[in-house]
Amino acid sequence: MTTATAQRQLPVVMAINEAIRQLMQEDPNVFLAGEDVALYGSVFGFSRGLLDEFGPERVVDTPISEAALVGLGVGAAATGLRPIIDIMFMDFMGVAMDQLVNQAAKMRYMFGGKARLPLTIHTMAGAGLNLAAQHSQSLEAWFCHVPGLKVVMASGPYEAKGLLIAAVHDDSPVIVVNNKALLGLAGHVPEEMYEIPLGQAAVVRPGTNFTIIATGRMVQESLAAAEKLLEHGIDAEVIDPRSLVPLDTATLVESVRKTHRALVVHEAVRFAGFGAEIAAQLQEAAFDYLDAPIGRVGAPFSPVPFSPALEAHYVPNADRIAGEVLRLLGRSG
Amino acid sequence: MTPSPETLLDLHRRMLRIRLFEEEAGRLSEAGRIPGALHLYVGEEAVAAGVAAHLGQGDQVTSTHRGHGHLVAVGGDFRRMFAELFGRATGYCRGKGGSMHIADMDLGMLGANGIVGGGPPIAVGAAFSNKYRKTQNVTACFFGDGASNEGSFHEAANMAGLYRLPLIFVCENNGFGEFTRQDRHQAIRDIADRAAGYGFPGVVVDGMDVIAVYEAAGEAIARARRGEGPTLLECKTYRFYDHVGVRGMGVVYRSDDEVRAWRERDPITLLERRLAELGILDAPGAAAVRDQVHAEVREAVAFAEASPFPDPATLTEDVYAS
Repeated sequence: MTTATAQRQLPVVMAINEAIRQLMQEDPNVFLAGEDVALYGSVFGFSRGLLDEFGPERVVDTPISEAALVGLGVGAAATGLRPIIDIMFMDFMGVAMDQLVNQAAKMRYMFGGKARLPLTIHTMAGAGLNLAAQHSQSLEAWFCHVPGLKVVMASGPYEAKGLLIAAVHDDSPVIVVNNKALLGLAGHVPEEMYEIPLGQAAVVRPGTNFTIIATGRMVQESLAAAEKLLEHGIDAEVIDPRSLVPLDTATLVESVRKTHRALVVHEAVRFAGFGAEIAAQLQEAAFDYLDAPIGRVGAPFSPVPFSPALEAHYVPNADRIAGEVLRLLGRSG
Repeated sequence: MTPSPETLLDLHRRMLRIRLFEEEAGRLSEAGRIPGALHLYVGEEAVAAGVAAHLGQGDQVTSTHRGHGHLVAVGGDFRRMFAELFGRATGYCRGKGGSMHIADMDLGMLGANGIVGGGPPIAVGAAFSNKYRKTQNVTACFFGDGASNEGSFHEAANMAGLYRLPLIFVCENNGFGEFTRQDRHQAIRDIADRAAGYGFPGVVVDGMDVIAVYEAAGEAIARARRGEGPTLLECKTYRFYDHVGVRGMGVVYRSDDEVRAWRERDPITLLERRLAELGILDAPGAAAVRDQVHAEVREAVAFAEASPFPDPATLTEDVYAS
């Protein structure tokens, strides 16, 4: 690809589809299992066509039984396969918490390093579609707190494909979080297989005098915020960690040393969210370089509301992000 | 599928290995020489032995809190087992799992489990894997009467029945979920009845009679290997010691008389009587096997106690595959 016009555009949903197809073509040990993923092609449409290509042994419709579904992945991974287990909505992880936290995350450690668990859990998080409190959550912080799990969040189609491929190639359990409000977002996605290395952040937009660290869908909102901030003479750098565990702290620190100010943005509830971890690490590693406290933008401390009138105030957006940057700089929006 | 004399001797040896390992572990625990909690399998040996006698290379087992018996039954190494109980670097889990998480991936023993009902979903995964890879292997999922009340068991049973997985659910019904008697935690008497809800057979067997377990497990495993799907085998058994630790008698939730009555049906004594009747093994012969296993236990304990503790540098190793 040499010119922008030659670059193939793909929406997130098709990037996920292509990643799974290529992974299954590459390795007969890779299979996909989940609720409605085979015949129906998933309620989000990301697995359409896979049943026809790979058959029901490798693209498996399961009962609505999240504990057994994750257990299916744990047992299959422990005996040599590379399962991709789809948990339709991240909210449903609660039903499978034992298998995720007590079994998948701990098997290798508890068994003294003997188990290999190349298990990928794929799921959809995020609000904005009026699906209310049990179909809209961003629960990544739950899993980041559990040693033994890796957690990645895709901010667009390029990331969705590259992170999923890296997750399936990884020999540890990885939770791959996509955001359902981004499924239609199109962007450049290379046709070949590629990995986004776990633990490598991306500077999505280089800038000089403010650092915005954003995850998942908030990367898009932060990019829009950065455009607004230009009008105020602020050249913000936007960084997407992509992988929360392992976390590329070095790239974040390097940026803060340059800009001296930082804001962490995520869609999840702000209180005890992953942003707190990033903020704490930055003040530990770059305190002397900071000219202001590190800010955090996240959802309020409430379940996700249903009414569009309320939900619009729940999910952080570009205006709020830009406003918070201006506030941290002591300027009014 | 009446067992041959060789098989009967094999069953006897498997049970004795479990019993003597466990009794020694119990003594060490009482003496404060091994740390943590110990959930002994004594009394339930016929179940593990009768099932494991049909398992081989490539088959898997998922286990319970009471996992030593299952690991011994599939050929667990006493030295590495005791070393793990002692928390030593030479243990099966390098001192990171202990009694409740003891495992041997090479033997297909996918771990004792500290979570009641944690095993059945994993057994579904292992059985799915066997079917996917088109092996003839089977997975034996051990669980208790208490675990059969967990949602995870029902989800796993439904999935196993739906996919006709090569899996046998082995319920070790010892009459108690921790300290709560079965009639106080379940409205049914035979857990095997639950299989009907998932479209596969449920079989009740005397879990103190290793020959009965061996025969019933043999049929269920053959059925699984033929691709005809799972079976739920309910083995009525009893734990001679407490839920955790040794005590065994004189505790509030069951009477000494009850324990004594069950001990009269000790599965090892029952088999030894049968072996004597059949002229396969007399009392001195049985004593000789016992001595042999005792020596193996003593040697393993000495090895474990002489083994080093893990280096603190290993504390954060193996959280992830490198």
